[in-house]
Amino acid sequence: MANFKVNGQDKTLDIEPDMPLLWALRDELGLTGTKFGCGIAACGACTVHINGIAVRSCITPVSAIEGQEITTIEGLASAAAGSKTSSYEPINPTLTAVQQAWIDHQVPQCGYCQSGMIMAVSSLLAQNPNPSDEDIDSSITNVCRCGSYPRVRRAIRSLATA
Amino acid sequence: MPITRRRFLLSSALVGGGVLIGYSATRPSRHRRANDELAKAGENFVTSFLKIDPDNTVTVYVPHSEMGQGVHTSLSMMAADELDANWELVNIEQAPAIDLFANGDLVNGFAGEMGAPSFLAPLIAVSAVKIAEIGNLQTTGGSSSVRFTGEHSMRYAGAAARDMLIQCAANRWQVPAAECSTALSYVHHNASGQSLSYGELAADAALLEPSKEPTLKTRDQYNIMGKAISRNDIPAKVDGTAPFGLDAQPEDMLYAAIRLAPVFGTKLVSVDAGDVLSRRGIKKIVELEDSVAVVADSYWRAKMALADVKTEFEKSGNENVSSDSIFAQFDKTLAESDGDTDREIGDTDAAFESASDVIEANYRVPYLAHAPMEPMNCTVHLHEDGTAEVWTSTQDALGIKSRIASILGIAAEDTQFHHSYVGGGFGRRLPFTWNVIDHAALIAKEFNVPVKTVLSREDDMQQDYYRPAVASNFKAAFDSSGLVRAWQNRFTGPIQTPGASHIPYAIDNQSIRVVDGETHIPIAAWRSVDHSQQTFFTESFIDEVAHRAGKNPYQFRMDLLHEHPRHQRVLKTAAEAAGYGRDLPEGHALGIAVQESFGSVVAEIAEVSMDENMRPVVHKVTCAIDCGFAVNPDTAAAQIESGIIFGLTAAMYGEITIEGGRVAQNNFPDYEMVRMATTPEIDVHILESDNTLGGFGEPATPPLAAAVTNAIYILTGQRVRELPIKNHNFNKPSLAKA
Repeated sequence: MANFKVNGQDKTLDIEPDMPLLWALRDELGLTGTKFGCGIAACGACTVHINGIAVRSCITPVSAIEGQEITTIEGLASAAAGSKTSSYEPINPTLTAVQQAWIDHQVPQCGYCQSGMIMAVSSLLAQNPNPSDEDIDSSITNVCRCGSYPRVRRAIRSLATA
Repeated sequence: MPITRRRFLLSSALVGGGVLIGYSATRPSRHRRANDELAKAGENFVTSFLKIDPDNTVTVYVPHSEMGQGVHTSLSMMAADELDANWELVNIEQAPAIDLFANGDLVNGFAGEMGAPSFLAPLIAVSAVKIAEIGNLQTTGGSSSVRFTGEHSMRYAGAAARDMLIQCAANRWQVPAAECSTALSYVHHNASGQSLSYGELAADAALLEPSKEPTLKTRDQYNIMGKAISRNDIPAKVDGTAPFGLDAQPEDMLYAAIRLAPVFGTKLVSVDAGDVLSRRGIKKIVELEDSVAVVADSYWRAKMALADVKTEFEKSGNENVSSDSIFAQFDKTLAESDGDTDREIGDTDAAFESASDVIEANYRVPYLAHAPMEPMNCTVHLHEDGTAEVWTSTQDALGIKSRIASILGIAAEDTQFHHSYVGGGFGRRLPFTWNVIDHAALIAKEFNVPVKTVLSREDDMQQDYYRPAVASNFKAAFDSSGLVRAWQNRFTGPIQTPGASHIPYAIDNQSIRVVDGETHIPIAAWRSVDHSQQTFFTESFIDEVAHRAGKNPYQFRMDLLHEHPRHQRVLKTAAEAAGYGRDLPEGHALGIAVQESFGSVVAEIAEVSMDENMRPVVHKVTCAIDCGFAVNPDTAAAQIESGIIFGLTAAMYGEITIEGGRVAQNNFPDYEMVRMATTPEIDVHILESDNTLGGFGEPATPPLAAAVTNAIYILTGQRVRELPIKNHNFNKPSLAKA
């Protein structure tokens, strides 16, 4: 049995301990906002938060997250409601400031990688509210095949506090 | 555009498929069929693509796939503007995958431009009768949605509907239609002060036949087109709710992991599944002609089990084919074959005989994978009653539906297609790149529950239909005064995009020929198709010619482009914006390239330096595009940014190599992508002109590689004639040219 919290709810799943969190979320819990991109942590499409920190779920076995708190894109805004950091501040019950900036700057194209991108950026800004370009380059390593990167950077800059 | 063609295109927009061979008159008009088949009580299709409800909301049905290019929004803007609709009251819907909403105008548009789009060539080749069926596609490709479907269908649909609404109001008021005006989803009769909403008129208007020649707005009359309007697909893409094909979750679904023959074109000989069937969740091993699949109650279980299934595939004789052997074969063919004419101008032989100076250079590009972020997938449910449902991300919903129906042995009408957003296409999800689609249908045939077949990233990379590897050899002749007099080019085919190898430069004698480049590697359209390689070749070699002539590469191009003012205009705009000819930071250089493709002319200038390890760093790309008109300028700019980054990934890293007859690369680490840290600043200049609308999805990709390598030449004196750039070592130049 695997026990962990997803978006504030306790989950108990009768699954193999080595099943990656990605597939537990998508195929067992039906949370398809978290995406399968490469399966080897090379692209970041599967990024979720474990206790608020961005983690690539495709190589994280459920045995490694026993009892821990998982936030997915579906739960980002409600997780934000309980947080004190500015980038997590939900501007309405369903969108965080990061998500709103993504709309304001028209960031996504095909959108497939953007759940992971938003989760990675949300984690970065929670830890470093005013990241430099170098900070962004070193911590946001997600692949976007459509090349939304210039807009990702613009959206992050618009959220930086200083 | 001549009026006859307009009429032709309009009838295609409104009257049904098959107009290419002209039997449309006998069929009921599309909007009547839409009303019969789709409208609920109280709703009315006024023309196909447009529905107006009693509450005055307008719904635009967009017959294209949304894959991030913003087509749902752009096409709706075009219809709504001509309709004079209130944008706040416009809903946007994906048109269902039924022939009522085929987008054959894409074919008509290409027929006028260059024959037919490359991805349809296999169909067109069959017979004239088949051409009628091309109208029954819903294809999204060729940078065509706005300039063909939008210009030839959506605007006409909006304008025709507006005419019909005016006529209805005029009839009710007993006034001449010419005295009526429209604004924000209302018809007004100013003289009597009367107004009626479109919603009040729609039911009567739908009884009228659409005018075949509605009056379109001129650009100064646009209220919606030309404004940066937020895309309607973005909100669902920031909260995880946007459905992609891979997210389909019909009840009782099973999952298939599949291994296709690693050497293309070989058949499965034997399977040793060991104890796999006894493992948790494993339902079945399905053996197909060229593959084996494990079906389970979870994709992960299926994938893990498949890894332990041993397979043997037959030998085909291609097991020794490698990238080296392919290029050796290309070189041999180029040396021995005269090939076929692509373009012949003047007398090239004579020009070479009398030349004072000749330069030669041989270029190569490798195979490239599309690698969309959403791995290839398709879910099929064959019901016990012989009907079926399909869920997949595709660039051709109608075509995929028919394809799956034919494999299942049922009628297309008995197949329901569930649309989703497309997690990247770039050509991978066009017609004739069917592998996962066919396999999903064949596997689902074995079950009476839905089965989702998924290609892993590794399989996706190894089982693509690739941008071809191409070799291209050049010679140029100069006369005694140093003028370039002849341009000779021989390259390996096939030609997928006619004209991509043609140069706009005024060189009197040109001989461009194509030789056979066939291999066993499957190829298809890859974002910008032949332009992706041909622009690297031609814009690099013209740069060589310029340097040999002792000319500044910018001025050299401008001088030879005197018959191409659009090219001159974008080059000049990009050069000025990039600071060409002005002081740059020390160690920086600017490389130039220009190309016309898909109706747009694009110049790009790359600002590049070499880092301390003599690796190139692209700091900035300045782009100017003449697209005629940008319907949604912000979306257009996003497509330019996207095309540049896609081109930069290919130029810097992109390489699929063949070893042992199969693809050597597996996943992103060995097929690297540009990421945040390697993305340059991008400065986009969209230039409007009187020209017909050009595309945006592809035209920014072609010039990028040559712009970068032309800058590297200035910095190092080393000419990059083979991509990708990562394979080259650069030396510190003893004498850097400015």
